[in-house]
Amino acid sequence: MKKQQDHVKVFTRRAFVIGGIQCGILGVLGGRLAWLQVAQGSRYKTLSEKNRINLKVLAPERGQIVDRFGVPLAVNAQNFRALIVPEQTDDIEKSLRSLQETIEISEEDIQRVLKQAKKTARFVPIEIRDDLEWEDVAKVEVNLPDLPGLNIDVGERRSYPYGEATAHLIGYVAAVDKSEIGKDPLLSLPGFKIGKTGIEKRFDLDMRGVAGRADVEVNVVGREVRELRKQDSRHGKRVVLTIDGELQRFTQSRLAEQKSASAVIMDAHSGAVYALASHPSFDPNIFTSGITAAQMLELDSNPAKPFVNKAVSGQYPPASTFKMITLLAGLSEGVVTSKSTVYCKGHYTLGRDRFHCWKRGGHGWVDAREALQVSCDSYFYEMAAELGIDNIAKYAHMMGLGEKYGFELSEERAGLVPDKNWKLGQFGEKWQPGESIVASIGQGYLQATPLQLAVMTSRFVNGGYAVKPWITGGDIWDNKPPEGGWPKMDVNKFHMSVVKDGMDRVVNTRNGTAYGSRVEDPQYSFSGKTGTGQVQRITMQQRLSGVKNEELEWKSRHHALFVGYAPMNNPRYVCSVVVEHGIGGSRTAAPIAKDLLLEVQKRDPAKTPLYEPSDHVAGAGKQEEPTSL
Amino acid sequence: MSSSISLKHEQSLLERLANLNWVLFLLITAIACVGFTALYSAAGGSASPWAAKHMTRFAVAAFGMIIIAIIDIKWWYRFTWPLYFLGFFLLLVVEIMGHVGMGAQRWIDLGFIKLQPSELMKIVVVMALARYFHTATLDDMRRIPYLVIPLLIVLAPVGLVLLQPDLGTSLMIIMAGAAMFFMAGASIWLYIGGAVGVAALIPVAWHFMRDYQKQRVLTFLDPERDPLGAGYHITQSKIALGSGGVEGKGFLEGTQSRLNFLPEKQTDFIFTLWAEEFGLFGGGMLLILFGLVFMYGLWISVRGRQNYMRYLALGLSVNFSLYVFINIAMVMGLIPVVGAPLPLISYGGTSMLAAMIGFGLMMSCSIHQHTKVSR
Repeated sequence: MKKQQDHVKVFTRRAFVIGGIQCGILGVLGGRLAWLQVAQGSRYKTLSEKNRINLKVLAPERGQIVDRFGVPLAVNAQNFRALIVPEQTDDIEKSLRSLQETIEISEEDIQRVLKQAKKTARFVPIEIRDDLEWEDVAKVEVNLPDLPGLNIDVGERRSYPYGEATAHLIGYVAAVDKSEIGKDPLLSLPGFKIGKTGIEKRFDLDMRGVAGRADVEVNVVGREVRELRKQDSRHGKRVVLTIDGELQRFTQSRLAEQKSASAVIMDAHSGAVYALASHPSFDPNIFTSGITAAQMLELDSNPAKPFVNKAVSGQYPPASTFKMITLLAGLSEGVVTSKSTVYCKGHYTLGRDRFHCWKRGGHGWVDAREALQVSCDSYFYEMAAELGIDNIAKYAHMMGLGEKYGFELSEERAGLVPDKNWKLGQFGEKWQPGESIVASIGQGYLQATPLQLAVMTSRFVNGGYAVKPWITGGDIWDNKPPEGGWPKMDVNKFHMSVVKDGMDRVVNTRNGTAYGSRVEDPQYSFSGKTGTGQVQRITMQQRLSGVKNEELEWKSRHHALFVGYAPMNNPRYVCSVVVEHGIGGSRTAAPIAKDLLLEVQKRDPAKTPLYEPSDHVAGAGKQEEPTSL
Repeated sequence: MSSSISLKHEQSLLERLANLNWVLFLLITAIACVGFTALYSAAGGSASPWAAKHMTRFAVAAFGMIIIAIIDIKWWYRFTWPLYFLGFFLLLVVEIMGHVGMGAQRWIDLGFIKLQPSELMKIVVVMALARYFHTATLDDMRRIPYLVIPLLIVLAPVGLVLLQPDLGTSLMIIMAGAAMFFMAGASIWLYIGGAVGVAALIPVAWHFMRDYQKQRVLTFLDPERDPLGAGYHITQSKIALGSGGVEGKGFLEGTQSRLNFLPEKQTDFIFTLWAEEFGLFGGGMLLILFGLVFMYGLWISVRGRQNYMRYLALGLSVNFSLYVFINIAMVMGLIPVVGAPLPLISYGGTSMLAAMIGFGLMMSCSIHQHTKVSR
């Protein structure tokens, strides 16, 4: 009995030990709970917020680009896509097959979708095809009950109606590079595109708009459960260009007859650019719809460099188009008068060097106007020897060469106007008198872009104003004519008229180098100056054997240049044309300039004021609300 | 003495019902209501698919519990061995079926319920040990040969459960068994020796563990090892618990659980959901409820007049508390993830059934505390 009582005592003691352990463990659990929820509570709260709220960035609509009449040059086209959500259908393949009976779907697309469906979560939509026609969309909508899991989604795609004609000017948009991703959360958005070249690049920020945001509650697999907050996006600004879209297209097609060429048409007085084209070009739409490797390789390997906008970044020796500047310098510095004459015997000798005129045998006696008309080199050689390079450079700068204008296209380049200091700084060598001789006819170190040549010509014919080129209207860019017009240049009116007379004779007088391209109708007649830029030095052997330039390989042929203006008596439109390796200015560049000047006069874009967008809607002709499907 | 009078007195049905431990019943119902609330929230504020069924099961199981409770404890005493062997037989059946069928099958489909014999086994092992130790004296308990049979009672089913393989359940049976040995008066040295033996066996056990079990242990030791894989569950559970704070996020506002960040929120991780929505107050209240149930079991046990009832009541209390400890410690990241439900709260028929059978037996011990089961 005692033993039994002992046993009960032992049991009771041990039972309470067990109870104590139970309470102890409960205490530990309670303590752990308190530690997690109180001491660590705020840390886990933050983690929990991160877990459930997903910030969704809503892409704004990109601003349009329109021409001076409001005609769209870059728009946001609707892009209809067919998507399938695997979880909404029992048999994804069956759905795809039914879709195949409705619209055209390739077998590859079906296999790709089936493959992807196995890899991704079942609620993630998979793209079957994009760029659907309206007809196809309608067909799918009608048959939707028989197509479980199928969705039509409307997205946006940048589209360039003028295609190749505006490729360099407008540029294009493409996916964001990793290096470009910055603070703007939009840039991290999948599929978001930004301007890469041209106007699209320069005004990217203006056209981009402001991202909207939506806070979305998501579950562990990332599926959206509901939207908590939403702030709509704001569309980007519309950009109005001074460009005349149709003229631009005409210019592009006119250049297309050459292997590689560029042209600028601008207003001599205001500086507004009406057309700015470079050939060869490319279709910018391939960048937004996805360029293939083969297409890219083809474009990249083209020796004529289709991606380069030669109108603003091609730098060429201005050649004989520079003679106007040399003449202006000679007249202004009193080296020559309009009446003084020079005897051209076919070459000019300075010390032991002999400089050839382009015409073997020479021009005989020529005065200032005739020197331009027949483009006599000897006349300018002799003048340059007395002028010196620094005087020539002074007038070259005055006429707008050797500088950037702060033009809207960032591809703009400055060209080059050499002088004594420049050579000393660049090569550490003294300027040689012979180099001034070469510079006088626009060769040697001199370089200018087609845009600069057009500006130079404008300044010669607009009554002496230092005009600068510009291409965007509205308040988006501040390169437009200042109040009271462009600043007057310090030049003698008579000297300018001598130069202009010379240019008239180039086109409209027998023996003028561009006489063949003249327009007989006085209403549309034009003036200008030809230029033929040497790419390679002409060797003595070639000169003696009389090798014709067209017999050389393309890369070695001369560049052909022409600058011109119209109408002849009341200049308004200025045009510059550079045909790379086009052999001769009068032969290839002048006929193009003639056609361009004729076309611009007929269209007369200057008489219509620049389009002003009254509404500030990004996509004109499009509903504000996205079409719901 | 009243006790000697009641000893001769056979209680009527009504008297037994009147003697039923209504306080314990109330505590259990309160816990089950927590389960109902949590499951309602887990379904996103809907009685289906879990909460309503859970309540129905509880009602049915409570009815069964009362029946078990009013059956005279001496009948349970007499049927202890047959029940033990029946449980063992069922365990053997699933083991064989599991080998015939595919993979690890742990249950027998009875149509209305998927019965897990291992759950029943935990109870019958406690019953069998109580039965065996009922006649043991302190001296018996100190004799090693005397302990061979009870050791077999524990280890035979443990071996079968390990084969399933279900490490969690086997450990629970071992721990419950160890508690039984302890309360019956086994020497402390046995435990020290056992602890040394277990330490020596760890490398061997490691060798026999399945890959997923090894993963769980490794992940437990270092949850950052695999934050998106096995460690993910623990991390998410901790985030859910922690973000609940003191007051909780509110009923139906538990974002972590409702947004599926929690795995198996309706079963193993139900405590997390509860504590996320009701915070430290709710979680602490639930722990106290469980604590009261344990203490009630202890109280029944120490009031018992005979060893069988003492051991059985305390053993069942320990058994129940093991479920609670393992589940809650797991969701708080204190022990590795083991597939253990929280009794009365987690959705699942077997765990509910096992818990209620346990309480029924516990109550039977209490109602029939003056009954002489033998001698």
